Amino acid sequence: MATFKLNVNGQTKEVTVDPSTPLLWVLREDLKMTGTKFGCGISACGACTVHVGGIATRSCIVPISHIGDRPIVTIEGIGQDLVGRAVQDSWVETDVVQCGYCQSGQIMAAVALLKHTKQPTDKNIDESMGGNVCRCATYPRIREAIKNAAAELRKGGA
Amino acid sequence: MSIATNSHVLHRRGFLRVSFAAASGLLVSLYLDPRFAGAQEGGGQQPPAKVYPPDAFVNIRPDGKIVIQVNRLEFGQGVQTALPMLLADEMDADWKNVIGHLAPAADVYKDPMFGIQMVGGSGSIAHSFQQYREVGAKTRAMLIAAATDRWNTTADQCRTEASVVHGPGGRSATYAELAADAARKPVPTTVRLKNSSEMKLVGKKVKRLDSRAKCDGTLKFGLDLDLPGMKVAVIAHPPVFGARVKRIGDNEARSVEGVRDVFEIQLVKGSGVAVVADKFWPAKQARDRLKIEWDMTGVEAADSTELWTRYKQLSLTPGTVAVNGDLKAMDQVVARNRIVAEYEFPFLAHAPMEPLNTTIRFDGDRAEVWAGSQFQTVDQMAIAEVLGLKPEQVTFHTEMAGGGFGRRAVADSHVQREAATIAKRFRGTPVKLVWTREDDVQGGYYRPMHFHRVEVGIGPDGFPAAWRHVIVGQSITADTPFAAFVVKNGVDQTMTEGTADSHYNIRNLHVSVHHPKVNVPVLWWRSVGHTHTAFVMETLIDELALRAKMDPIAYRRKLLKPEAKKLLGPLALLETATAAWRNRLPKGHALGISCHESFGTGVACAVDVSIENKRPRIHRATLAVDCGLAVNPLSVESQFQAGVGFGLSQLMAKGAITLKGGRVEQRNFDGFVPPYIIDAPMAVDVHIVPSGEAPTGCGEPPVPVISPAVVNALARLTGKRYRTLPLANI
Repeated sequence: MATFKLNVNGQTKEVTVDPSTPLLWVLREDLKMTGTKFGCGISACGACTVHVGGIATRSCIVPISHIGDRPIVTIEGIGQDLVGRAVQDSWVETDVVQCGYCQSGQIMAAVALLKHTKQPTDKNIDESMGGNVCRCATYPRIREAIKNAAAELRKGGA
Repeated sequence: MSIATNSHVLHRRGFLRVSFAAASGLLVSLYLDPRFAGAQEGGGQQPPAKVYPPDAFVNIRPDGKIVIQVNRLEFGQGVQTALPMLLADEMDADWKNVIGHLAPAADVYKDPMFGIQMVGGSGSIAHSFQQYREVGAKTRAMLIAAATDRWNTTADQCRTEASVVHGPGGRSATYAELAADAARKPVPTTVRLKNSSEMKLVGKKVKRLDSRAKCDGTLKFGLDLDLPGMKVAVIAHPPVFGARVKRIGDNEARSVEGVRDVFEIQLVKGSGVAVVADKFWPAKQARDRLKIEWDMTGVEAADSTELWTRYKQLSLTPGTVAVNGDLKAMDQVVARNRIVAEYEFPFLAHAPMEPLNTTIRFDGDRAEVWAGSQFQTVDQMAIAEVLGLKPEQVTFHTEMAGGGFGRRAVADSHVQREAATIAKRFRGTPVKLVWTREDDVQGGYYRPMHFHRVEVGIGPDGFPAAWRHVIVGQSITADTPFAAFVVKNGVDQTMTEGTADSHYNIRNLHVSVHHPKVNVPVLWWRSVGHTHTAFVMETLIDELALRAKMDPIAYRRKLLKPEAKKLLGPLALLETATAAWRNRLPKGHALGISCHESFGTGVACAVDVSIENKRPRIHRATLAVDCGLAVNPLSVESQFQAGVGFGLSQLMAKGAITLKGGRVEQRNFDGFVPPYIIDAPMAVDVHIVPSGEAPTGCGEPPVPVISPAVVNALARLTGKRYRTLPLANI
């Protein structure tokens, strides 16, 4: 067991866990932030995607001891961000979700894409979203919602 | 009529509840909950965090919120929005204030057709359409009756709109104000339901009620449940189905900090080793450190390669007859006009995104369960049996589930039995059993393997003159209580649906089946038999159309029986909807067509496909659908847009579960690969045939059409036929 100081959604949190514990389980079970989902445990589905130091990261395979002082942003905090909020709104407006279990990860991946690509092409979307599984296969509306969010953000001058 | 009060709730919680019985169960209830009413009758006592009476469909809260109980699991299909729409429309409830709540297990919430509480057969809307509308209309009538008493007027002087009753002289009262009086009114035996022109919600595109919570991380799925003192369990299942634990080496496992117990657990078949810990990670770490010796004696080691050989042999002999056409008719067809086609369909895992889980707290004389279940009644009974309780002693909360596709509707309730067995050992402590993705991929209950052998004799008109069809595959329902309904004369109809009852006018159709026994648990997988029968029928019909040099849509329209209106309508609509692009595809692209009816809904499908990196790239899919009245066209569109993507699971290069020496060869999403965004159609447009007929299923019907349409397009690009799934690189 070891104690780690984390910056999660702008707040400082302290946890005492086995250093091998993946960030996913620290978020879900120690910090009770269950918006980040467990899908596969081997970084194959993207349901656990969070931002670590601004980079979309599979939290299911990153041991807590590897995080250091890099800030963590989860689905619970992404709405504070202009792009994050636009993506969430677009997801609701486009009625993307079905079972919804993968959508935290999809949204986190989409926000990461739109942070550096203002006008994503289908190819950009295929690449950035290419590791996120939606078993309901809401992919056509995910694609549409990303484009809608990008258009809204451009309109807003973001 | 009776006033039912839940007395312990009434006294302990200090809030008033009135509910009323109708023939079908309790209908309307009212809560005076201090959180909402501002009343402090109970003097500062905290009401429960979650209020849901297990015996009513509508709760009108004093704050104007109208809570509608949804009698089924929501796992993506949209019933948590569509069923409240039906009720709210008839009730004239203010939609902005409607909350859809997943009902716990209770008799009143049983499916009116199936007699158990469940989701399956794409029947949620079809079966509860009338039920929810009637409850809404009766509730409205009772609210009006309360208003007419108050104003000394008659019902015909009143109208309702957005949760308000308006009476003569400009008088009005909100539903919340009237609810307590309304709940004391007799429940009307008959009510007039709205006609389509009066409907305000039904038939309109209505956005999902659960979207926001699913986009900001606040929605709790079963796996997200956190209860005080809760423990987490995982199980090491045997590597071969039905094997037993011989010896457990658990020293290392027990040394993991946070592990509370390691023990052998009886499974539905065989035994395993359960690990219970404070949290998931230590439980998983401990499981990884177990050294288990297994006893495989008497356990059949199923092997895919051997099974194919056995199935193919079986297909050469006629099986149990499902459709008894004239076998001799084939003799009239010369050899060059015959096609012999053999198809292979592998085992498929459902792999819902939320891994299977169930939480149970056993308190000796009662138990509480939290599970995303498609089979509340069945699971509740199984848990009661394990715990030595009566089903009514088991409070069963329906948790929102992250997909299911049939995997949460298991006749033997194996996950719930495992969870109950563990909970029994930890009396008073809630225990959450988690199946990891590896447990899920390797844990069985797959869509069965199937082998089809079809011989088609083509008549001089280019249409089939004789059709001999043998299907080999395990029966899904054999040895379950469902066999009584589904197995007829030795034929499991969930395997022949889509072929034996084909809507094509196939002369001299003969269908027979073999149901081998194999030591692999099997289960219905979204659209069940249609997953393979539609593929066989639609690829063969397409081949026949090509040989006849006929347009694939025109050929189908000509071959369909005139009464197949649910397919003829969509095909006609598909023809117009694709007119702009169907015959103007760029070089290297091809058109693929299919149509299929399942669960009462007819679907026609057109795809624009090219080959990229040896895989099909689907640039566009157009679907035309006749599902009767589309209760929520936005939701119907969603089901079809995405459902075809789910159907593409069958075509994924690594989209099969295979066994070698009894062991499943895939472990996780790296070996059993579901469709990713690149595998799905770039865009899907859905066209709904306008209809005032009773609604039919939408959850499953998208699945069967897509794979045959895609390989039909590939066949036009390469000249080859694709009859072995999953689809190898092209």
